[in-house]
Amino acid sequence: MEIPMIYYVVVSTVMFFAGVYGFVTRKNLLAILISLELMLNAVDINFVVFNRYLFPQQLEGFFFTLFAVAIAAAETAIAIAIIINIYRNIRNIKVDDLDKMKY
Amino acid sequence: MEQIANHIIFFLLSAVIVVCSIMAVTSRRILRAATYLLFVLFATAGFYFQLDYHFLGAVQITIYAGGIVVLFVFAILLTSKLGEKSDRISSTKRAWGLAAALLGALICGYTLCTHDFFPQFAAGGEVDMKTLGHALMGMDKYQYLLPFEAVSILLLACIIGGIMIARKR
Amino acid sequence: MEYSLIILLLPMLLFFVLGIGGHKMSHRTAGLLGTGGLFVITALSYAVAAQYFTQPRVESIYPTLIPFHIEWLRFTEWLHIDLGILLDPISVMMLVVISTVSCMVHLYSLGYMHGETGFQRYYAFLSLFTFSMLGLVVATNIFQMYIFWELVGVSSYLLIGFYYTKPAAVSASKKAFIVTRFADLGFLLGILLLSYYTKTFDFAVLTSGEVSLAATTAGKTFLGISVASWAMALVFMGGAGKSAMFPLHIWLPDAMEGPTPVSALIHAATMVVAGVYLVARLFPIYVTTPEVLTMITVIGAVTALYAAVVACVQTDIKRVLAFSTISQIAFMMVALGVTTEMQGHGALGYMASMFHLFTHAMFKALLFLGAGAIIHSVHSNEMSAMGGLRKYMPITHITFLIACLAISGIPPFSGFFSKDEILAAAFEKSAFWGIWLSLVAGLTAFYMFRLYYNIFWGEEAHHEHTPHEAPKTMTIPLMFLAAVTCVAGFIPFGHFVTAGGCSYDIHLDWTVASVSIVIALAAIALATWLYMRPNDKPARMADSMRRLHTWAYHRFYLDEVYMFVTHKIIFRRICEPIAWFDRHVVDATMNLMAALTQSASYRIRTLQSGRLQAYATVFLLGALFIAFVLLCVW
Repeated sequence: MEIPMIYYVVVSTVMFFAGVYGFVTRKNLLAILISLELMLNAVDINFVVFNRYLFPQQLEGFFFTLFAVAIAAAETAIAIAIIINIYRNIRNIKVDDLDKMKY
Repeated sequence: MEQIANHIIFFLLSAVIVVCSIMAVTSRRILRAATYLLFVLFATAGFYFQLDYHFLGAVQITIYAGGIVVLFVFAILLTSKLGEKSDRISSTKRAWGLAAALLGALICGYTLCTHDFFPQFAAGGEVDMKTLGHALMGMDKYQYLLPFEAVSILLLACIIGGIMIARKR
Repeated sequence: MEYSLIILLLPMLLFFVLGIGGHKMSHRTAGLLGTGGLFVITALSYAVAAQYFTQPRVESIYPTLIPFHIEWLRFTEWLHIDLGILLDPISVMMLVVISTVSCMVHLYSLGYMHGETGFQRYYAFLSLFTFSMLGLVVATNIFQMYIFWELVGVSSYLLIGFYYTKPAAVSASKKAFIVTRFADLGFLLGILLLSYYTKTFDFAVLTSGEVSLAATTAGKTFLGISVASWAMALVFMGGAGKSAMFPLHIWLPDAMEGPTPVSALIHAATMVVAGVYLVARLFPIYVTTPEVLTMITVIGAVTALYAAVVACVQTDIKRVLAFSTISQIAFMMVALGVTTEMQGHGALGYMASMFHLFTHAMFKALLFLGAGAIIHSVHSNEMSAMGGLRKYMPITHITFLIACLAISGIPPFSGFFSKDEILAAAFEKSAFWGIWLSLVAGLTAFYMFRLYYNIFWGEEAHHEHTPHEAPKTMTIPLMFLAAVTCVAGFIPFGHFVTAGGCSYDIHLDWTVASVSIVIALAAIALATWLYMRPNDKPARMADSMRRLHTWAYHRFYLDEVYMFVTHKIIFRRICEPIAWFDRHVVDATMNLMAALTQSASYRIRTLQSGRLQAYATVFLLGALFIAFVLLCVW
């Protein structure tokens, strides 16, 4: 347990910005969703680490992560439902083709 | 001895997370990306175990690795042909993505490195299930019945919404 | 006499019923409904009059009754606008006049307007007019009067423009509305001045002498004229606009574009005497401002002469009657102007004015309705299309003749008595005005008989089809009004309506009377000589006074002067620069702002590309930028 806190945080930062890169560059909606999960996961790690290292008496970060996981599951389910619906309509899930809502 | 083992495990997990997350966002085969994500999620669960939050690690594995990734795999199989490679990313787009990611990493890294966290090292041990259960079902301070109920409503809404969106018209 | 409220509410109800549901009714139902309603109103008015004038006098004066009164709008302790019904001799007299004439016109219109499109609309407007005119005369306070004053203006506007597909009718209605509106501005200012100093709108308080305007404004002057005089002169301006006094008379001749029964009701008998009624209503205050009374006298006298001269040469029979109306109302105004006191001998003019208002309403309505019957049968307003009609339209002929004799002042018809009182009152004040009015009375006789002979005698015009007598619904009102004209002169009017309220016995001043009869007879004789048989004497006479004839025919070019002032001076010199400023500065600023916004948004709209990832990148870079800035600042 002698690992400094900063180690965890740096790893989660790398994970988060990998997610950012994927979110900005990927074309496939599912790939974007995967990037999103990465970002979410990085944030979860941060919550847990801060909880453990800075406020070990309380369990705020712990529960935040717990609920975030639940919500992420819900969000993913809905997002995939939407993506499948889109696929059904335009036979494609490329994000560039979804620009009906421009000006 | 235990310390060294801990460090070794930590660095292993870190390496898996860093490599796999980068691979997950750069792989041109979407099914592989999902697999890399699965590895990342497992390694994250490893982190939680290492931090003595065993319950959270279990949750991470069951929900994320067990539920969400399976969902991803199904969706991928439904929407793409096997072995299909996505198009190459255009260089401008990649430049923008890299710029955003590296700049962000730079700023965050700088902030983290210059900040002095205190205490540096973790204290406390295993959180027992009884405490967790009381915290989840209590209504006092640092107890979370209300968010719990809110999440249950959210999940219900999500179930209905998922059915509504995905059903054939 | 609480039922007097029904007199007001019934025509309003009729207006709403006919106005909203009229188009669903047949012409017959709408007409009968309106006419029947008016008969009820007339009966009620007569009942009110009978009850009012048979009640016992208090200290030899008929008491002023207020059978209905509510406070409508309350602004401050003393400034509140009430609605109510005020019954005193002149308002009761006006009730009788308005309901009688209106009833006759409703009946007459059944025949005259038969088969016209918009028949129900016509009756709705007539009801609206009747309602507002009745409301005007029974007003308890000057603000209520002003409200109804505007309402009669509106209904007059609507009825003049009844044939709204005719450009002439449209412009005439606009003209009437704008000119009277302009005059009403003066009226409103007068009301504000009056109520500012006396702290009340109420007629009862205003005229009681408790709050004397002259006393409250003592010492306050503007341009060397006392504020009381200003207020009363401004109020008179409103009256002058409605009563078509010179130089605000220009709308009345044009108002003849409306249907003829409307001219009879609004522009001869009732609305145009509203100005006279207003002055009479506020007369206790006018008495305290002699200079305003002098102004009224002068304006009235000038108008009377001017209108009489113009009437002598007009060829449109309705125009002749319109100018005759202007002239006769001016007579009433002069009669009020020469009144100098509330009691005694100097108060004769007030009674004479009211008497003339009463008789004039009857015989002028008769003249207009007769003219309507003639127009109805020959389909033209021009004298040249008429002539020799006496054989074809005997009833119209006789009744028209009676009215002509009445307006010329031949006994025993009603006009003689009232006009004689006016002349006597004028002579009382000064011989100058007496002679002036006698001269105008002679002109009146002349132009009326010129009209009469040109219509019923003279050369027979070529008719497309033989003229025929009007239907019963039109001749019955003619006969009724003719009968009233024959007997109205013998009503002991002085017993009912006088300035102070005390009974007054009318006794004819035979010197004045005989002179005026002689003048009238001479004028009639002249008209007979000129117009009874077709000859070239009128043409030669017109030739000998060519300039005067041309000028009078063109109404002394007053309309042109107005046109010049409004178009050339006001529009060109004032309005056009303002319009230019509005268009090129005010509007342009707004347009510029709009154009800038539009072009800017057109340019930047491509930012809304719909590409999710671009948005995310921009958002992230923005957040990073802010974080960076905060780091640097820290």
